[in-house]
Parts: sequence; structure tokens; C-alpha cells
Amino acid sequence: MSPTYSEESRELAFQEAIDSDRTVEPRDWMPERYRSTMIRQIAQHAHSEIIGMQPEGNWITRAPSLRRKAILLAKVQDEAGHGLYLYAAAETLGVERRELTDLLIAGRQKYSSIFNYPTLTWADVGAIGWLVDGAAITNQLALTKTSYGPYARAMVRICREESFHQRQGFELLAELSRGTKAQHEMAQDAVNRWWWPSLMMFGPPDTESPNTAQSMAWKIKRVSNDDLRQRFVDMTVPQAQALRLELPDPDLRWNEARGHFDFGPIDWEEFRQVVGGHGPCNQQRISVRRAADEEGAWVREAARAWEGRQQSRTSAA
Amino acid sequence: MGRPPAEPDVGCLSESDDWPLWEVFLRGRRGLAHQHVGSLHAPDPELALQNARDLYTRRGEGVSIWVVRSTEVHASDPDDQGPLFDPPADKAYRHPTFYKVPEDLQL
Amino acid sequence: MTAGVAGLSALDLHEVALALGDDCLVLSHRLAEWTTHAPELEEEVALANLALDLLGQARSLLSLAGEAEGRGRDEDQLAYWRDDRDFRNLLLVEQPNGDFAVTMTRQLLFSAYQELLYDRISSGTEPRLAAIAAKGVMEARYHLEHARLWVQRLGGGTEESHSRMRRALDLLWPYTKELFEPTEAWGRAADLGALPPLASIEGPWRKTIQSQLESSHLEIPEFSAWQSGGRRGSHSEHLGHLLAEMQHLHRSHPNATW
Repeated sequence: MSPTYSEESRELAFQEAIDSDRTVEPRDWMPERYRSTMIRQIAQHAHSEIIGMQPEGNWITRAPSLRRKAILLAKVQDEAGHGLYLYAAAETLGVERRELTDLLIAGRQKYSSIFNYPTLTWADVGAIGWLVDGAAITNQLALTKTSYGPYARAMVRICREESFHQRQGFELLAELSRGTKAQHEMAQDAVNRWWWPSLMMFGPPDTESPNTAQSMAWKIKRVSNDDLRQRFVDMTVPQAQALRLELPDPDLRWNEARGHFDFGPIDWEEFRQVVGGHGPCNQQRISVRRAADEEGAWVREAARAWEGRQQSRTSAA
Repeated sequence: MGRPPAEPDVGCLSESDDWPLWEVFLRGRRGLAHQHVGSLHAPDPELALQNARDLYTRRGEGVSIWVVRSTEVHASDPDDQGPLFDPPADKAYRHPTFYKVPEDLQL
Repeated sequence: MTAGVAGLSALDLHEVALALGDDCLVLSHRLAEWTTHAPELEEEVALANLALDLLGQARSLLSLAGEAEGRGRDEDQLAYWRDDRDFRNLLLVEQPNGDFAVTMTRQLLFSAYQELLYDRISSGTEPRLAAIAAKGVMEARYHLEHARLWVQRLGGGTEESHSRMRRALDLLWPYTKELFEPTEAWGRAADLGALPPLASIEGPWRKTIQSQLESSHLEIPEFSAWQSGGRRGSHSEHLGHLLAEMQHLHRSHPNATW
């Protein structure tokens, strides 16, 4: 028989375990708020992978070479796979994927707002790989050390598999940048449109991020929004120079004293608009996901019915 | 302690019409044991195996796959091991660092 | 350009590689159209796998077709700069995805054919074709298995899925006779042992399909107004739209590299 503990002493022991870098595993006791925060964060991450297939998927059938088509198809397939790893991690916390999908479709759980921007040209595929995946990887590398075991393990696998995603984006843009005039302009236009939204991917500034303190204490989050954003900017500026593409920020310059790049103010009003559902593609993204779910219902049901029949045949025999 | 109830604020706790969950085990290469790599949804064992192959071996990992219905996995209760996360500390002799050997020997 | 060791003319090798390659290219495109629309997330991954395998085969076959032709055309020039009258794929593979029943039926009919074909080509007398087929046959077998599992479940699932399967079969069956109609180049390649005579795989194919359909509570439709012409460049209206989408960007920048 297992001994019983008071809620309070459990919480204390939980925090101590976290403080000593012990990983939390699915059947461990955990505070309900830890569980619900974890579910929300993993679900949001999973939804982002699945919704994130749409802007890039938009170009698979139009990819300008067969090599690029294969790369893009493999990348978008990876995103489906990563969504699946993450939903599986969320399911270890006692929710079902079905519930999470329903919440996404009902607009009651979020996904990364970056995917509410449209992919207007082929260069956007490169900009997403280079900037959006670059930002995502910065964030995800920090999450490989997150306190919840299944989430951390999914992150390790995802980071390993995503290493080619950013590289292909960089290579794609490099090819365009040194290509024809029209190609170079296409690349610059894409960078102009994706730069600021990529910076917004790290979330609101630390001063306005209410959940950060608790998430840091629980080691759900390991690095703050602003620190991750700075890390990303510092990493990306030299890459832009190598690409011979401009980042659309006149205030961007090296600050010797800080040892970091300074950058201009982010338009948080735009961020709030897009998060609030008023970005260019919010409705489209959700309606595509809903349509796939609804149109697939008869297929899922048929497979269940068939399996049910096999079961009853086996038990009758 | 059983499986925790679903988090109340996630809502929509209707009877699920999802395919059941399967745990996936992969043998990375010959000579290794199967290792748990994750889970997936599938309506039946055959499709579970196909989905597992597609999902967990996209980069050629693995030579053999097992799938097991998640409901068929019976797990020990972590609380039975003592207070929360305390590791069993009284069997140090099970660990190789328990034994002193001359440092210049490879053992 | 070099002729095959078996005495197959370069032009004939070009023709048959193009036909086989176009089948893969067009079907891969169709399967890729499913991206973000699949009935379940696990199936997103599966459909993308089929599309990727076929795209890989298409690239090898089109490259071979270009080499054999000897006019310096590579896989991209063949994929992006031919019009629909120059495409040599079967009508079956260009048919629109329809619902999941149509897509899986199309896959069953095609993969069963491709598996038999590749199996024979891999032991044929044209080494470059044989090498591509030897790799492709493993993939085709897997595609066939995936389609087989789904046709079985949809055929024997619910009333709705069953009737969708019957409709899919009625829709696609007219395009199956063309699978076994040899072009002249194919006939010559078969005489030299590079390809199997198509008549020799029609029986095994029909047997595979018949037994699969039986175990799925379905049957081969009785009568069909046969449609053919794809191998000669007479396509359905669907191909033009598919190519317009596929080729537009590439053709908008004629001298660009990507």
C-alpha cells in the first residue's frame, strides 16, 4: 500500500524534484496546474506543426524543380510526423487527441500565429525554412531540457529531424539571391514580409508575459522570450549578410557594450490582431483543418467498423 | 493511483470516436532490444504497423517494429517506490560505481 | 547516345523510360495534392511516403529518358517543358483524387500493375532500367499493401464506405484496359527482353485484383467503355490542369536555376 501525502507536501516535493533537475514522467504525481499548463503548451505546439503544413504545402504542387519538390514534400511530411509525436506526448497527460483537435477547430486552443500569414511566392518557402524554422529551432532546443519527460524526448527527436529544415530554407534563398534579378527580388520581398512575424514567434516581451515566472520555476520554459529572441537575432544577422539579403529594420546594429545586436521596436499591435484571430489567414487555416477532419470522418468510421467486425468474428470462432 | 482524469479546462469530454492508441517499439538494429519510441492512433494492428513504419522509420531507422494497444500496457505505480521521486538507495551494489577497482585497469 | 546492351535503340529506351517515369510523376503529383487534406494525421504521413517514393522513381526514370535521348534534357526539362500531348502516362494516374475511396482504388489498380512490371523489368536485359525497377519494386509492394489494407477496410466497413468503393471502381475501371496496351517501342523492348510483354502480366494482375476485391466484398464491374490514349499523348482534360499548376512557376523564369 502506498503511503499518503498531503497536497502541500506533494507540491513541495514536486518543486524540489524539479529544482534538482529530476524529469517528470507521466504517472508521477504533479500539481493540476502543471498538468494543465503542460497540456496547453504541448497541444499548442502540436497544432502549430499541423497548421504549419498549410503555408508550405501550398507550394508542393508548384515547386520549380523536382529536387525542390521532393525536399518540400519530405519537410511537410516531417511536420505531420512532429505533430503526431507531440499529440502523443500530450496524451500521456490524460487527454485524447480527439479533444485537442476539437478544441483547435473550435478556436479554443491556439497555434503559432506565424502560420496565419500567407505564402505568396516560392521564396516564402525559403523564408519559412530559414527564419520561421530558425526561430522554432531556437525555441525547441531550449525545450529539449524541459521538465516533462515525454515532451523533452519529443523535442530531441524533432530537433534532430529538423536540422535539415532550416538548411534547406537557407540554401533555397541563397539560390534565389544569387539567381536572376527577379529571383533576388522575390527573395528580398519574402524576407521583408517574414522577418518581423518571426521575431514575434517568441511571444510578448518578458515584462508582459504573465505565465513566464511559474513556467520557469517548473522548468517548463527554460529561457525567457526576450532572451530567446535576442539569441535568434544574433544568430540570424550574419546569415542574412551571407545571403546578401537585407533585414527590414533600420535600427538593427551591433551593440559592442551589450555584445548583442540591437533591433527596432516590434509592432505588438499587429501581434495581438493576429493572435486574436484577425490575421490574413486565420479563418482559412482552421477551415482547411476542419474540412479535412469532417471529410475524413467516414473513412475513420469505416476502419473502426471493419475492425469491430473482425473482433466479433474472432470471438465467435 | 490510476490514469489521471482529463484536465477539466480542456473540455469536450464526449465519448471519443478516435481510433485507439498504440505504443510503438522499435529495434534500431540487429543486436539491440526493442525500445519504446512513442505512440500513434490506428484502427487495427495491420494499419498500426504500417503507420508505425511510416511515422517512426522515415529515415530508415529500425529493422523490426512492435505495436501494442496502449490499454494492454500495465504499469507499476511510481508512488509504490516510496515518496515521490526517491530512487531506491539501498541497493548500491547493483551499480558499477559501487566497486573499487585499480584505476589503470579497464574493467 | 548509347543503346542498351540488349540492342534496344536509344530512342526506344527513351520512350519506355518516359512512359514509366510519367506514370510516377503524375501519380506522385496527385498524391501530393492530399497534403493537409488526409482523413487522419497518420494517413498524411503515409500518403506523403507514397508520393515521395513515386517522385524518386520519376526522377530516376526521367533522367534515364533524357540520357537515352542524348539531347541534353534533364529530369526538370522533361518534367516542366513538355506539354500534355507529349506526356506518356496512363490515363488512370491522372484521374483526380476524388474521395479517399477513389484514391485508394486508383492506388490498388496501379500499384498491383507496377509491382508486376518492376518485378519483371528488374530481371530484364536493360541494366539501367533493371536497376531502377529493382529498387522500385520494393516500394511498389509497400504501396500495394497500403492500398490493399484500405480497400479491404472501406469495402467491408460501413454501408457508406462500401458504396463509395463501388462508385470508385465504376469510375476507374474503364482506364484499366490501357494498362496492357503496348506501344510500338514497348513491343520492341519486350522482344529484346528489356520489358515484359504486357499480355504476360495482364492475367496475374487480374487475379490479384479479383482476389483482393473478393476479400473486400467488392467485384470487378461488368461492363466498361474502355478509355485509352495516354501512352500516345491523348489524355483526359484533367492532365492539362495538373501540368498548368506543376509547370507554371518553372516556366515563368525560363533561365533560372532553383
